[in-house]
Amino acid sequence: MNYREVITIITESLKDQLVVCANGLISREAFTIRDRTENFYMIGSMGMASSIGLGVALSKPSRKVIILEGDGNLLMNLGSLPMVGSLQPGNLLHIVLDNEVYASTGNQPTISNIIELEEIAKSSRYSYVKKVATNEDLKREVRFTLENNSLSFLLVKIEDKEKQREISRVTHDPEQIKERFMSTM
Amino acid sequence: MLKSEDFAQELIDSGYDFFTGVPCSIIGNLINTITDRSDVTYIPAVREDAAVGVASGAYMAGKIPVVLMQNSGLGQCLNTLTSLNLIYKLPCLLIVTWRGFEGKDAPEHLVIGRVCNKLLDTVGIPHHDFNHDNIKSLINMSYKLVTENCEPMVLFLKKGIIE
Repeated sequence: MNYREVITIITESLKDQLVVCANGLISREAFTIRDRTENFYMIGSMGMASSIGLGVALSKPSRKVIILEGDGNLLMNLGSLPMVGSLQPGNLLHIVLDNEVYASTGNQPTISNIIELEEIAKSSRYSYVKKVATNEDLKREVRFTLENNSLSFLLVKIEDKEKQREISRVTHDPEQIKERFMSTM
Repeated sequence: MLKSEDFAQELIDSGYDFFTGVPCSIIGNLINTITDRSDVTYIPAVREDAAVGVASGAYMAGKIPVVLMQNSGLGQCLNTLTSLNLIYKLPCLLIVTWRGFEGKDAPEHLVIGRVCNKLLDTVGIPHHDFNHDNIKSLINMSYKLVTENCEPMVLFLKKGIIE
């Protein structure tokens, strides 16, 4: 799988879920594939997607909140995993697109080829943790975790490290992104 | 000295309803007080940038957040403040303890203690200092400015003002 396919599969499954998209290619792909008012696109503050998503999930328990970030993002704010796990927000789904590189800056290696991020999620007391590597598994797990009511973590392994196509930046300005996102709550 | 219970009450009466942060001995009692209250939430953060991130998410979901930290934490969260809060206009009140004020503290506090206010001037985050007489007025003023301007604001708290 490449992460365009992964984000497409996830996006096709969404209804009114709130999605915090990490900075870099993840936000840009999510924006390009299907721009949604329920998407909060980060353009900076790398690593903060999981913290922002946690703040939303705790304060809006009636809504499902999805954190969509990469292995580089998660590794930059790894303390967020036990912080989330200690609070157990049942409305939070944490999806990590793990391509083992910093794709936004040209595929420099992270360390997730050695460190199993899903094991850290397990020991951080996420209730439901799955590692997926195929389209079929991803579709099934996304469908399941969008409906369940327990803190969930999906590690999506992405093998395709081809050169990425040119992709547009998010064209909304940051204040617009915030205001749209807030207007859906 | 104002009791931490009364300080917490002032914050809550002003309208702040979501608290997170990383402890410092100066605000240890304050954090314990807020943690013990059932009417507001205190989220223990692992680092100051995570606290600012959580506060920002909480704001977007309808809360008016306060982040508590030591001035050493300003460095940890500076990128989040500049590349999230300031550009998206995501407000929060940061109550920051001023260790190393006037060079009287342990060595690790002296450099940041000398420049923490200037650091905020440089990045354009408004800040004020608590003293014994302005606690209530500063808290009320901060709520008005934070919510109207949608920007982070720092209130510095030195040792000896709350207990």
